[in-house]
Amino acid sequence: MDNTTLIEARDLSRRYGATIAVSSLKLTLRKGEILGLLGPNGAGKSTTLKMLAGCLAASSGSVQINGIDIAENPKAAKAHLGYLPEQPPIYPELTVDEYLRYAAGLHGVPSAERDAAVTRAKQSCGLSDVAERLIGNLSKGYQQRVGIAQAIIHRPKVVILDEPTVGLDPNQIREIRSLIASLGAEHSVILSSHILPEIQAVCGRVMIINKGRVVYNETVDTQTRVSNVILGLKRAPELSALQNIAGVSRVQTLPSGQLRLTVADGADPREALAAAAANNNWGLFELRAEGKTLEEVFVELTSGEITIHESLKEAA
Amino acid sequence: MNTVFTIAQTEARRIFVSPLAWAVLAVMQLIFGFVFINMLVDYARNAAMSGQFMGVADYIGGGLYGFATIILLLVMPLLTMRMFAEERKSGTLILLLSAPASLIEIVLGKFLGLFAFMLATIALLGLMPLTLLSGTHLDLGRIAAGLLGLLLMMMAFGAAGLFVSTLTKEPTIAAVASFGLLLLVWLIQIVGNQPIPFASVFSYLSLIGHFESLRRGIFNSADVIYYFLFTAFFLWLAVLRLDMERN
Repeated sequence: MDNTTLIEARDLSRRYGATIAVSSLKLTLRKGEILGLLGPNGAGKSTTLKMLAGCLAASSGSVQINGIDIAENPKAAKAHLGYLPEQPPIYPELTVDEYLRYAAGLHGVPSAERDAAVTRAKQSCGLSDVAERLIGNLSKGYQQRVGIAQAIIHRPKVVILDEPTVGLDPNQIREIRSLIASLGAEHSVILSSHILPEIQAVCGRVMIINKGRVVYNETVDTQTRVSNVILGLKRAPELSALQNIAGVSRVQTLPSGQLRLTVADGADPREALAAAAANNNWGLFELRAEGKTLEEVFVELTSGEITIHESLKEAA
Repeated sequence: MNTVFTIAQTEARRIFVSPLAWAVLAVMQLIFGFVFINMLVDYARNAAMSGQFMGVADYIGGGLYGFATIILLLVMPLLTMRMFAEERKSGTLILLLSAPASLIEIVLGKFLGLFAFMLATIALLGLMPLTLLSGTHLDLGRIAAGLLGLLLMMMAFGAAGLFVSTLTKEPTIAAVASFGLLLLVWLIQIVGNQPIPFASVFSYLSLIGHFESLRRGIFNSADVIYYFLFTAFFLWLAVLRLDMERN
C-alpha cells in the first residue's frame, strides 16, 4: 500500500458567532485507511466532516483533498469525495434507480458509464432488490444504504460517513459495518460515531474530539496492547521476585489479594510470569491482561475539564 | 454545463412526480377554462359592435393572458417554495453542496427544472385560444407575443421565488414571502402613478407595465431585456445567499 495522503487538514477552525465549534484541528488520512472520529455529542464531529466535505467554509485553516485545496478549487477537490451527512440526503419521491443515476450524474460520471456505476453501487450496498421502489417507501436501513450508495457511486478516493449506523437495528448495523469494512479496501474512509464498539470493529485508527479539539489520535492496535496484568497466586513470593521478571515495572497488591503488575511499554510478561509461577510453585490461579478499552480512554479524555494531552504538555 | 442539465432534469422530474404540480395545473386549467368560455360568450354577444375595434385574438387572447398573470402570481410561489427551502429542511441540499457543482450551476439547474413547468403552463394557455382556429381567423402573432410575455413574467416570478426560497428552511414561509415580494414589485406601479419625484422610475420597475405592451402584441426588446435582467438579478442573489450560507 502506498502512503499517499488523501486528506490533509491543517489548523482547521470554525466559529459560529462567539462559540468555537472546532479549533485548530489537524487531520491526515492516508490511502486505504479507515479513520474513526469519536466524540461526545456536540464535540464538533459533524462540523469537522462538513468542512472536510466542503459544505461549510472553515473560519481559518485549510483542507486538501488528494492535494487539491478545497477552498481554492472546490469542484476538482469535491470530485474525489463522497459524503453521507447525518441525515441521508435522499428524495423520497424518486426510485432508488432514478436517485442513484442522478447522484452519478451530479458527481460527474459520464452518461455512458452511469448505468454501470448504478449497478455496481446497488450491488455493493445490497440494493438490487429494491431498485424500482420509491425511496420514501423503504425502511430506514435501506434509506441509509441508499445514502451510502450515493456517496460511493463515483468511486471517490475518500468517503466521509457521518454516523452511518444511527437509527438502525442490530442486523442492519452489522451489514453496514461489513459494508464499510469492504469499502476500506478501495477507498479511504472517515467515519464518525459515538458508538465505541463500532469504531473498534471497523476502524484502523481512532481520533477522539472533545470541545472542538483532537484529544486522542492512535491506531486501534494501541488499545489492545497490555498495560496491566492481574495475577492471582496461592503462594505469592516476595514482591521483588516478581519485579525482577522482564517487562514488569511495578507490582501492587490489590485488596482482593491479587496482584496488579504494571507493564513496561510494549512488553508482554505473561508467558514469563506463567513459567516462573510453574517453576517456583507459586500456585497460579489467575493471569489476565488488563487492557485499556477504548471506552475507558474515551471517558477519561472527554469527561474531565482538562484533556490528557494538555495535562501531559503542562507536565512536560 | 452538463451538471446544470443533470440537476434540471431531476428537478423537473421531481416537480412532475409530485402531486402538487398536477394539482396546480389542474386548478389553473379549470379557472382559465372558465374565464375563456366567459370571454368567448361575451365576445360572441357583442361581436357586431366590437368587431370593428378588436379582433378575437386581441379580446380573448389578450384578456385571458392578462387574467393569467394574477393566477400565476399566486401559483409560482407554491412551486418555488420547494426548491431550496424544502431541500434545506429535509437535508438534501447537502447532496448538491457536497457534489462537484458550483453554486451557479446549482441555481441555474434548479431554475431550468422549473422552466419545464413554465413551458407546460404556457402550452395549456396557448392551446385554449388555438382551439378557435377551427372556427375563425386568429392573429397568431398577437397570441405568440402574449405567450412570450407570460413566459417572461413567469421566469421573473420563478427567479424571485427561487431567491426567497434560499432564505429560509420553511417552505410555507418561502411561499408567503415570495408572494409578498412579487405583489410588492407588481404594485410599485401604484407608486409610479403618484405625483412624486422619480415616479417614472417606479413605474418602469414594475413587473406589470412591461407585460402590457406584449399582451397587446407589441414586441419591444426593452421589455424582454427587463425580464431577463430581473430574472438574472434574483438568480444572482440566490447564488450570493447560498455562498453566504457556506461561510
